[in-house]
Amino acid sequence: MTEGLPAPSAGLAGARPGPGGTESGGSAPLPLPLPALLAARLWGADALTAGEALGPRARAWRRDARTYPRLAHAPSGISGLTMDPECSQLLPALCAVLADPRQPVADDTCLEKLLDWFKTVTEAGSSLLLLQENPCLVELLCHMLKPQDLSSRVLSFSLRLTGVLAAQEDCFQYLQEDSSLFVASAAGQLLVHILGLSMQGPAGGPPSLQAGDWPACAQKIVGHIEESLRATATPQITQALNVLTTTFGHCHDPWTQVLWVQLSPLVAGLLEKDPIPAAHSLVDLLLSVARSPGLSSSSCGLWETLAQTLSHLSPTQAGPLALGILKLQDCPQALRAQAFAVLLQPLACVLKAMAQDPGPSGVPDGTVGDSMTAGTPLPSKAACVGLLCRSLAHLELLLPLPQRPCPWPQALLLGAAVTLLQLCGGSARPACDMGRHLCTLLLGCVRVQRAALDFLGALSDGTGPRELVTQVFAVLLEYLRSPDSSPTVLKKAFQATFRWLLSSPKTPGCWDLDPHALLFLRDLLPVLQKRLCSPCWEVRDSSLEFLTQMTRHWGGQAGFRHALLASEVPKLTEQLLRDPESYVRASAVTAMGQLSSQGLCVPPASPEHQGGQQKSLLVELLHILSTDSEGFPRRAVMQVFTQWLRDSHADVAGDTEQFVAGVLQVASQDLDWEVRAQGLELALVFLEQTLGQPRSHCPHAVTPPVEAPVGPLAQALQPLCRVRLFDFAFRALFDCDRPVAQKSCDLLLFLRAKTASSSGLQESQSSPDVASVEAALQRWQAGDQAQPLGDLEPEVVLAVLRSLDLEGLRGALAESSDHVEKSPQSLLQDMLATVGVLGENEADCY
Amino acid sequence: MKLYCLSGHPTLPCNVLKFKSTTIMLDCGLDMTSTLNFLPLPLVQSPRLSNLPGWSLKDGNAFLDKELKECSGHVFVDSVPEFCLPETELIDLSTVDVILISNYHCMMALPYITEHTGFSGTVYATEPTVQIGRLLMEELVNFIERVPKAQSASLWKNKDIQRLLPSPLKDAVEVSTWRRCYTMQEVNSALSKIQLVGYSQKIELFGAVQVTPLSSGYALGSSNWIIQSHYEKVSYVSGSSLLTTHPQPMDQASLKNSDVLILTGLTQIPTANPDGMVGEFCSNLALTVRNGGNVLVPCYPSGVIYDLLECLYQYIDSAGLSNIPFYFISPVANSSLEFSQIFAEWLCHNKQTKVYLPEPPFPHAELIQTNKLKHYPSLHGDFSSDFRQPCVVFTGHPSLRFGDVVHFMELWGKSSLNTVIFTEPDFSYLEALAPYQPLAMKCIYCPIDTRLNFIQVSKLLKEVQPLHVVCPEQYTQPPPAQSHRMDLMIDCQPPAMSYRRAEVLALPFKRRYEKIEIMPELADALVPMEIKPGISLATVSAVLHTKDNKHILQPPPRPAQPTGGKKRKRATEDIPDCKVLKPLLSGSIPVEQFVQTLEKHGFSDIKVEDTAKGHIVLLQEAETLIQIEEDSTHIICDNDEMLRVRLRDLVLKFLQKF
Repeated sequence: MTEGLPAPSAGLAGARPGPGGTESGGSAPLPLPLPALLAARLWGADALTAGEALGPRARAWRRDARTYPRLAHAPSGISGLTMDPECSQLLPALCAVLADPRQPVADDTCLEKLLDWFKTVTEAGSSLLLLQENPCLVELLCHMLKPQDLSSRVLSFSLRLTGVLAAQEDCFQYLQEDSSLFVASAAGQLLVHILGLSMQGPAGGPPSLQAGDWPACAQKIVGHIEESLRATATPQITQALNVLTTTFGHCHDPWTQVLWVQLSPLVAGLLEKDPIPAAHSLVDLLLSVARSPGLSSSSCGLWETLAQTLSHLSPTQAGPLALGILKLQDCPQALRAQAFAVLLQPLACVLKAMAQDPGPSGVPDGTVGDSMTAGTPLPSKAACVGLLCRSLAHLELLLPLPQRPCPWPQALLLGAAVTLLQLCGGSARPACDMGRHLCTLLLGCVRVQRAALDFLGALSDGTGPRELVTQVFAVLLEYLRSPDSSPTVLKKAFQATFRWLLSSPKTPGCWDLDPHALLFLRDLLPVLQKRLCSPCWEVRDSSLEFLTQMTRHWGGQAGFRHALLASEVPKLTEQLLRDPESYVRASAVTAMGQLSSQGLCVPPASPEHQGGQQKSLLVELLHILSTDSEGFPRRAVMQVFTQWLRDSHADVAGDTEQFVAGVLQVASQDLDWEVRAQGLELALVFLEQTLGQPRSHCPHAVTPPVEAPVGPLAQALQPLCRVRLFDFAFRALFDCDRPVAQKSCDLLLFLRAKTASSSGLQESQSSPDVASVEAALQRWQAGDQAQPLGDLEPEVVLAVLRSLDLEGLRGALAESSDHVEKSPQSLLQDMLATVGVLGENEADCY
Repeated sequence: MKLYCLSGHPTLPCNVLKFKSTTIMLDCGLDMTSTLNFLPLPLVQSPRLSNLPGWSLKDGNAFLDKELKECSGHVFVDSVPEFCLPETELIDLSTVDVILISNYHCMMALPYITEHTGFSGTVYATEPTVQIGRLLMEELVNFIERVPKAQSASLWKNKDIQRLLPSPLKDAVEVSTWRRCYTMQEVNSALSKIQLVGYSQKIELFGAVQVTPLSSGYALGSSNWIIQSHYEKVSYVSGSSLLTTHPQPMDQASLKNSDVLILTGLTQIPTANPDGMVGEFCSNLALTVRNGGNVLVPCYPSGVIYDLLECLYQYIDSAGLSNIPFYFISPVANSSLEFSQIFAEWLCHNKQTKVYLPEPPFPHAELIQTNKLKHYPSLHGDFSSDFRQPCVVFTGHPSLRFGDVVHFMELWGKSSLNTVIFTEPDFSYLEALAPYQPLAMKCIYCPIDTRLNFIQVSKLLKEVQPLHVVCPEQYTQPPPAQSHRMDLMIDCQPPAMSYRRAEVLALPFKRRYEKIEIMPELADALVPMEIKPGISLATVSAVLHTKDNKHILQPPPRPAQPTGGKKRKRATEDIPDCKVLKPLLSGSIPVEQFVQTLEKHGFSDIKVEDTAKGHIVLLQEAETLIQIEEDSTHIICDNDEMLRVRLRDLVLKFLQKF
């Protein structure tokens, strides 16, 4: 052992002599064949440092806590403490499921819970024993090492499980027997910690800034890293780079600058190789160093290294580095310009290829580099698409940042996004061979279309030359019209269109769309009409969402209203309330609710029908609420109704009590807890309106909002009683779904607080009515909710409110989470049970 | 091997392949775009059409006003519509041995060929092709015959007069060869010459070549054809599709290793994706009907209509169109809908399995059962009493020049609530609409062409790797309207050979080998000699017997025994004179050793020159030249036979004999 390092514990050394085989010799040099081995041997350092801080007794206790219980008890007894036999029996089947890529795992939550449980088990007992008694776990971890089509969830789970297990020394050793990638990674982490700890130094003073004076342990580690950086095998270099990345990320002490100065020539040396090994890790390291507050970037030549790296890496590899550089707070202008040029290069290349005359195109100097103009820029479709998508994504990330480059080449980026969309859509007219080649590569490419539309949408926050903005709207319209636009592309086209309409210049003093946008709207509405009739439900759905957004923003504006009412859109939307797809029905409900709020359901030319039409929508929505077989449309109806009540919608304001009573009655019987919860939301709005809460109301409401009650409390509570709000709320209080019960509890507490401050109402605490209500509530709580409460008097309600332990109930509800489902056995059973039925649930998203 | 190109229409091909001793016609498509120059044939008297003004020349000369009518600035021939036939002069069609039909759209010119050219061969086609082809012909004949037209215009065809006409009449090609439609009798006679074949069935043609139909995935019973001999393979790819619609999928693997691949029948609308178009079709249909308008779909009675009906079957409920009647009007509507259900073996796997459920393969059966789809032979009769609006009508002909569609155009054209949706890609919709202008009804162009596009062709060619590709000239450059779209052309190496109408192509490969059988007793008598490790040779003396394009080596007759004088004489007369064969030589001559040998034998003053193919040994003194090449040796000397023989023997010493 070298100086400064304690001898490893006898048990450890005895149990696992290393390949060097010279453990016992105190002066034998420490062999460093594997970082993992080093880490294992250096374990004592961790213990020593911590132990010295804690004192010997505490240190002994720590060791005891790990080892003694399992020595004291027979293995069977221990496994009872850590994992019961039922779980042990289920575990092999579960491991088999996790290892099988054909059987998708339910969701991340299950795996998170499973991991939590493993943490508890390992904290309570020995990880080693866990592995020994459940060999299926080791098999699972070994299985993960084989190259295969594993889900990232399971891979991540396995990595973290390995970390949990390897955190115990003996278990780490045990896992070392396998050729484990995870152990190597964990060893890397460990090295970083050891380096950090050894540099803190036992002497207490700051470590020397001369590398030669560093503790031997640190020198060994640094030596090992240097050796790895000189290696020819990429995995070794990758590991060394990762260790350094973690080091500079975690530790910002002055010695890290010394470390960087010492190692940076070796790192820079990597750039000389072709191809550059571990480029991804190299980028991570350089950014980690650049972000570290412990380093003075200018004095250690970092900027030069970064510039050099930018120019050496391929465009694909350089993208993340360029983005990272541009995000740095203080960085030389020249380097920022170079980084920005890297990000702009693919787009500039596209613009150049499509330019009619190869004159200046507003591209910043140096952007169109040699690699792009030399004729070998975008070799294959995959490479070209990947590069363009990454470039767009990076620029989109950069767009909202305050430190984004200035001046921002808005016109260039707009032009590039438009050109890319034209290329993908087939409407571009390339003038040269390069352009024609690009055209062939990108035609119909959905990935680029999506990325470019997202980017184009993001660019709407800035301005642009008028003719470019015209082109933007033209290309958006082209995409909205094209029969070849896929549903996802179309959705993004709708989103981008909405953003651009929002940003279109406003006429001073008027919130209406500007004349250009109104012209565009005239072209847009026929497209929207056609899309509302699409055979593809995703398209109908996103069209409705778009319509809702538009109506919400411009529903009150004359130009928009006129155009919309002249089209078939409101009528078609109404028809979609009966769409066979529940998502579309839900979106149609929301859209109709919005249209109706703005008085856009009927042409204003025929006011005599207005009342009838509006009524019929209310009836139609009530019909959906009471009969639709799917939850989404019913939830949407409840949201619309709540909004209508809040806005004092003309239809509702006519007879609010009847409306609320009807809705609450239907909602109380709904099987979907979200509908019932939304019912409570509606009840709360009504309650607030009745008892006089300040509220927002729609500026277009036909009648003024209900005035706050001024009379005595009993009078104020009468309407609540008449709409049977308490029947609904008390029933919800004992709802089998916790969120409903919680919401009801909150509502009643709010009401109680409200009434407590009021006076003048005699409570009838001991009247027979109160007793019968309390008896009924007890039956409800017991699960028998058949019997209604009947008509309640305000006095009785108040008495019952006071007698209920609402605070206690709220506490119980907050605590009584899913404790039943929390048992590990039921978790394992659930995971196994869901494996077979997963396929059916996957098609919900688009 | 030659290819005679009789049609200029890339999707309605008609080519004749001369291969070995056979003459094979590949498809006989009929170009019906010529009918667009004619006035529509209204089923019900149309005052508008009958009152169109006659057309007169610029100088006011009105001698053509009976034949030509003017409508919205376009000039139409007022006559029975005529079709542009394949070339009949390029090759004597009576010499055609067989006609191979690839799909029902590519056989519409069959009666013109089989009934009027002296054709006496056989036609091969699959059963659905014949049955549905018959329906198409029947519909066509019916459409034209039920509206008798008194006059047949011919004055305008005079070349001198045609020059004076406005476009597009002025530019119409080969108008003198345009013909009126055939009769049902001719159709029946033509179809009687067809022999039915199944996919992958091998059909021998005169022992010379074998032809095989392969599934092409485009339509019920549609085929590509393999024409092969023992050493040559020609693939003929006509309308094919890789999309999953109703027919059996395309058989691509069997097209591999072709010497020549003749590629026709690609999509006519390469920029329109069929899926997108079907969506467009449904959206526009729903939009019109929801607004109270009617939808007219001009279509053929078979093909894409099955897919459209299937798509609508899934869509009408979701679009709230359950109460809207769908009408399918065609003289063959009933047969078409029923035929489609019985050709189970020709359907895609999905539909085939339905036969065993039992469930009809196509859902239009259910549409008919539930009265959502009704079909009628004509708009006269039951239809007029059932007719309810708004509705959707599927009817022919897609050219809008004849058939029930003409009536609906007249009926619905005035209202902007109605929509005509073009789904068939064969006719330019603007030209089809020209005689109905001005038109208030909406027009939507949703061409649904499921045939191969250029991306698919490029993948196909990479996959099957033919040595040479032959295709219509239209496929070798981007469409004129989209000259920048380099992706809209065939890109292969070596570049495809292109053809145009009335061209004869010499196909770029030579026949090198022929298979010859050896009779067993002759084979037994052979004595192979190994000349190189692994290679043995034997000389064969035999009689080559050729019959029905089969070649057989038979043992030579035995030399007659020298017995009697008379007999001997007769025998020599009968049997061909079998000379004693000279031995065959093999091996090569090492020049240096040869020169040494020459020197040993007294030749001096020897010079050796290297040539491109070998060497020249110059005997200057003897004024003699020995030219040694890989496969021949020549001795050139002046009338010195003795010297020549001496030198020959020296050369022979270096060669093996057997």
